[in-house]
Amino acid sequence: MAIIIIYKILLAAFILVMSLVVAMYSTLVERKVAGWFQDRHGPNRAGPWGLLQPLSDGIKLFFKEEFMPNSADKFLYILGPSLTMFIALLTSAVIPWGPEIEIAGMKYSLQVADINIGILYIFAILSIGVYGIMIGGWASNNKYALLGAVRASSQMISYELAMSLAIIAIVMMTGSLSMSEIVRQQQGFHWNIFYQPLGFLIFLICAFAETNRAPFDLPECETELVGGYHTEYSSMKLGFYLFAEYINMFISGAVMATLFLGGYHFPGLDKLGLSPNVFAFVSFMVFFTKITLFGFLFMWVRWTLPRFRYDQLMRLGWKNLIPMAILNVVVTGIVILINL
Amino acid sequence: MFTHYIFIFLTILALFSAVMVIASKKPIHSVLFLTLTFFCIAGHYILLNAQFLAVVHVIVYAGAIMVLFLFTVMLLNLNKEERSPKPLWVKIIAFVAGCMLALVLVGVFRGYDIKVATDPAITQIGLVKNLGKILYSEYLLPFEISSVLFLTAMVGATLLGKKEQI
Repeated sequence: MAIIIIYKILLAAFILVMSLVVAMYSTLVERKVAGWFQDRHGPNRAGPWGLLQPLSDGIKLFFKEEFMPNSADKFLYILGPSLTMFIALLTSAVIPWGPEIEIAGMKYSLQVADINIGILYIFAILSIGVYGIMIGGWASNNKYALLGAVRASSQMISYELAMSLAIIAIVMMTGSLSMSEIVRQQQGFHWNIFYQPLGFLIFLICAFAETNRAPFDLPECETELVGGYHTEYSSMKLGFYLFAEYINMFISGAVMATLFLGGYHFPGLDKLGLSPNVFAFVSFMVFFTKITLFGFLFMWVRWTLPRFRYDQLMRLGWKNLIPMAILNVVVTGIVILINL
Repeated sequence: MFTHYIFIFLTILALFSAVMVIASKKPIHSVLFLTLTFFCIAGHYILLNAQFLAVVHVIVYAGAIMVLFLFTVMLLNLNKEERSPKPLWVKIIAFVAGCMLALVLVGVFRGYDIKVATDPAITQIGLVKNLGKILYSEYLLPFEISSVLFLTAMVGATLLGKKEQI
């Protein structure tokens, strides 16, 4: 029992560090990709290929002056970014990062918590994710920040519905709410994306909206709102908000890869006859590659598409995505009924 | 027992934040304390091995209803310190009414021997599979009727929210 607890703590710490490092280097990759798209170099001064850029950015953020508006609610002002960061890191607990590994004859799962309601847990985290932004935006006592917070929350509430409906079709197919079971059923090339293309598309669009990424980055729309909900933030508190966005991107990529792209499975990989630990490592790398592809997609879209207008965003969410998601659920139900 | 300590911690936190809902001066703090109370109750559900109920509680109450509350309070900006003190008779009536409610709540437990239901570690009814089976077999009619009720409420809200006359 004690050894399992120690193992889980180590695994959780490893995932925490991995999320932070990935988020750190996503900032560099984002700028490199932007440079590539706009036919320029991107950051290349700090270290070879700008590899030290995230580090120097981090150090700069830590040493910047802390500024707090006079009329801000002090406790909530600090709580906002902390909560955003905390909630962004919570989701990774139920993601199966790879198959079981073997240490000294004992099998350990590469998932921190294999709860049988994994998907509902993700819904729950999604639905409380809006608190950090709302609290921060309100506590700054600035009209632009408040407007950004209100935009962010209504956007997230609206797109949560379509996202949940898209997942329900997956749950109906799988017959389980457990993440590890969903991955297990996609073994080989039975990836859910081939059975649920519409569900995948809806989920992908909603993921962009939930992470507040372009083309749905209206909460921090600089042409209208100065900086959105983090207008009044400076130093590492601002850093936390920006950082949480990259963590959310990484985690939502992981969730999409788990639900639709077969998680850590790759066709033919389990027939190579690798030893369990090597197999686990290769599977993990496969999973990581899938997440990276999603990360690249996020950046690709950001530097390609212009921003939506707010009424367009709401119309897309409520009048297009939700009816489509409901239709998807109904069609999935009919197909399951016929196949029985 | 580790779960015992968690139970004590959650209970104290739940009671404290419930009191703070009415004790705090700013409405927005009240809303946030209420959210904290809901999280503590969700923790209690998990201790009772009712994971599904706990997560749904977080999704519905903390995730949806409280966000709307927060929304309303933020937009109305009830923070102004211009609220006039209530007259004395209102305070007296409120006090008496509160005491009567407390009396009723205490009275419920009088003459009722508190039984320990089932060992939460053994009971499996809170798990999503068992709950779903019971909801869709034994309690199908009440379940369907309540979903129709929700649909009616949604249609009604949309109708009320519409500006033009129908």
